Amino acid sequence: MLSRSILSRRLLRQTAALPTTATASFSTAALRLPTTTTFSSSTRPLLRPAPASPLLRRLLSDQTRQAIDKAVSSAPIVLFMKGTPETPQCGFSRASIQILGLQGVDPDKFAAFNVLEDAELRQGIKEYSDWPTIPQLYIDKEFVGGCDIIVSMHQNGELAKLLDEKKVLVKGEEAEAEAAEAKKE
Amino acid sequence: MASPTPVEDTIREKITANLKPTSLEIHNDSHLHAHHKAMEGSTSRETHFRLIITSDEFRSKMQPARHRLVYSLLKDEMAKEGGIHALQLRTLTPEEAEKRKQAEEGA
Repeated sequence: MLSRSILSRRLLRQTAALPTTATASFSTAALRLPTTTTFSSSTRPLLRPAPASPLLRRLLSDQTRQAIDKAVSSAPIVLFMKGTPETPQCGFSRASIQILGLQGVDPDKFAAFNVLEDAELRQGIKEYSDWPTIPQLYIDKEFVGGCDIIVSMHQNGELAKLLDEKKVLVKGEEAEAEAAEAKKE
Repeated sequence: MASPTPVEDTIREKITANLKPTSLEIHNDSHLHAHHKAMEGSTSRETHFRLIITSDEFRSKMQPARHRLVYSLLKDEMAKEGGIHALQLRTLTPEEAEKRKQAEEGA
């Protein structure tokens, strides 16, 4: 935390120094240059803008791969989706979120990443998982499947079993205790 | 005359040739999704498909591997601008299809 604030302060000074040493035309370049994005990627998983060429985008850069590695290991249950859990932007993402909710996944053990917020993530995750569609579910860093697989595993009981084994569900007793606590207050 | 359903035709051709399915259902659900934001500007009537494939090729493969197999066959159609936007898959072996049928009849 400390090192990061030092870095960002140094960075601020650097960018602030730019216009004085260069001509005015430099300032627009400074604005466009993603000097800060490398650092903000430590707070958000992915912020680097996608490369302009669609050809370049087809190759998964080390940087993107690392950022996705980090996203995948950010929680035991990770869903890459369109939109947010509160407001999904696609029916398949919505169905997947609803199922995880029905199963009783503990919100503390869950992370969702909105691919619509980040063109590089949107493209990169497809290559990373060797899977061309969104949503994508990871459990303990392992790819589980897309919406159809989530639905069928939900229906045949495999998902409940897997989530229970991974201990990522809100426990019945805890939930009851919480409810009792809420009643008292 | 050009086929009114070129994408569906390609799907049928490729799946049939490569997976030799004992049963293949292709449902075009595109009209259900025509007003979605993601479909803005799209004029294609073949964007959303739902496939139910029964094939021996799926034997001893887990579901993700089966789906990847189908995706790989339709890679070009999915990558193309204005091509297939969504592909729902149910991939079964003949035995699984039989079991499912019995379960449905029993219910």
